[in-house]
Amino acid sequence: MDYQPPPFFSRGPAPLIRLAFFVLLAFLLMVLDARFRYAESIRQGAALLAYPLQWIALAPVELISSSSDFFTTQVALKRENDALKSKQLQAANGLLMVEALRAENAQLRRLLEARERLARRSTLAEILYTGRDPFSRKIIVDKGSQQGIEEGQPVIDDIGVVGQVTRVYPMLAEVTLITDKEQRVPVEVVRNGLRAIVYGGGAAGTLDLSYMAANADVQADDLLVTSGIDGTYPAGLPVAKVSRIERDAAYAFAKITCIPTSGVEQNRQVLVLSRGALLPPPPAEAESIAGKAAKQKRPRKRE
Amino acid sequence: MRLDDRPQRILLPVNVGFMALSFVLALLFNLLPWRNIAGVPDLAALVLTFWCVHQPRRIGVGAAWVLGLAMDAGNGALLGQHAFAYSILAFAALGLHRRILWFSPWQQAAHVLPLLLACQVLALGVRMIAGGAFPGYAYFAGSFVAAALWPAATFVLLLPQRRPESVDENRPI
Repeated sequence: MDYQPPPFFSRGPAPLIRLAFFVLLAFLLMVLDARFRYAESIRQGAALLAYPLQWIALAPVELISSSSDFFTTQVALKRENDALKSKQLQAANGLLMVEALRAENAQLRRLLEARERLARRSTLAEILYTGRDPFSRKIIVDKGSQQGIEEGQPVIDDIGVVGQVTRVYPMLAEVTLITDKEQRVPVEVVRNGLRAIVYGGGAAGTLDLSYMAANADVQADDLLVTSGIDGTYPAGLPVAKVSRIERDAAYAFAKITCIPTSGVEQNRQVLVLSRGALLPPPPAEAESIAGKAAKQKRPRKRE
Repeated sequence: MRLDDRPQRILLPVNVGFMALSFVLALLFNLLPWRNIAGVPDLAALVLTFWCVHQPRRIGVGAAWVLGLAMDAGNGALLGQHAFAYSILAFAALGLHRRILWFSPWQQAAHVLPLLLACQVLALGVRMIAGGAFPGYAYFAGSFVAAALWPAATFVLLLPQRRPESVDENRPI
C-alpha cells in the first residue's frame, strides 16, 4: 500500500463525521450502561476478550505475593502463631457463651413464634485487584458465576460489611464497596435502635449518615449495624462507627460522618454470603399511593 | 526553525503487526492492578496518540473507540467512557499530526500533554455527570508522567522502522 499512489478519492467519510459518529455511539453506550443496564451482554463479551489480558497482567503480582509468602521469616510465623493461639484461647471463652446464648435465643424465638433467622451459605473469595477506575470504589474477587455467586449478594469480612456483588463474570465478580458513592446500606444505631441509611462517601473512604434530623439521637462513637430490613444484608452486622457530627441550625439535617468498621481497603479475603429468603413484594396499593413523586427522590439501591 | 539543524531519518514502512502488539502491551500495562498509586500513566492513550501522529492513515477514531471500549470492559468503568475520551483524543492527534513532527521530542511532548489532559478532563466530566466521586487532583498526575514518557515512546516505537546504520557501498542512498 505504501508504494501505491494514495487513493485520493476513496478516503471514506470526513474525520469530523467519523468523530461525531463514534462519540454518539459512546454516549449511547454510556446511557444504556448507566441508566438501563441493557449493555451487560456487550460488556460480558468485551470482558471475555479482556480476560486473558487481565490474567496475564495478574500473573506477576501473584508471583510477587507468593514469593514474599515463601520468604516470610520463621520468627514472624512464630510470633503470628503465638498471637493466634492466645486469641483463640480468648475467643474460646466467648464461643462457649455464644453457643449457650444461641440455644437460649433459639428457644426464646420459638416461644415468640418468630421466624428463625436463616443461616446463610457463604463462599470465601480472595480479592484479586481493585479496579483502575478512580471514580468508583470497586474490587474484583476470584469467584464468579461458576462458583454460584449472584448479583446482589452481600460481602462481609471478619469485622463487618464490605459491600455488595454488583456484576458477575464467569470466573470473577465485581464487588462495590460500601464507601462507593452509589452504594447505600440500611442500618440501625445499636444504642437506641434508630433506623437510617448510610451513603458511601466516595474517595474519602468514609460513609455519610444522611437525612437525619438535626436533633436525631446519634452520638459520636455510636456503632451502626445492618438493620436487615432490605432483605439483602442479614441483620446485626457491624457497618460503621460514627466519627463526627455537625449540627447546624441553618440546615434541617445533621451532617454525620462515619468510618467503616470492616477493613474495606485492607483485606485480602472476604466472605460472600448467599442471599436470604426473598421478602414478599410490597403491596400494590401502597406502591401506587407512595406514588411517582417519591419515585424520583428515593435513593436508588442496588439489588 | 531551520530544516538542516537536525537530520531527519528516513524510516522503513511500519509493521502493522508491531502496531497491534504495542496496543496490546499498553492495554496490558493499564490492566495491571494499580489503583492507589497516583500518577500511573495511561499508556494506551499515549500509544494511541503516538500512532495517530505517526501513522494517521492507518489508525483513526474507530480504532481509538474500540481500544477505549476494551479499557472500559477491562476495568469495570462506565461502558463508553474511555471510548468517548479516546475518540476525541485520536481526532485531536490526527488534526495535529502535520505540525507536531517538525519539533524535537521534548517539544512534541509539550504538544501531547494538553491532549492527554483534555482526555482525562473529558472522562472526569462524563463520570461526574453519571454520578461518580471526584478522585482528587492527583488524578491528573498520570498525564504529566505520560507526556514525560513521550520521547522514550518515540524511541521505542520507532525502533523497528529505523534503517540500519551500516552504509552499503554499492547502494548509497
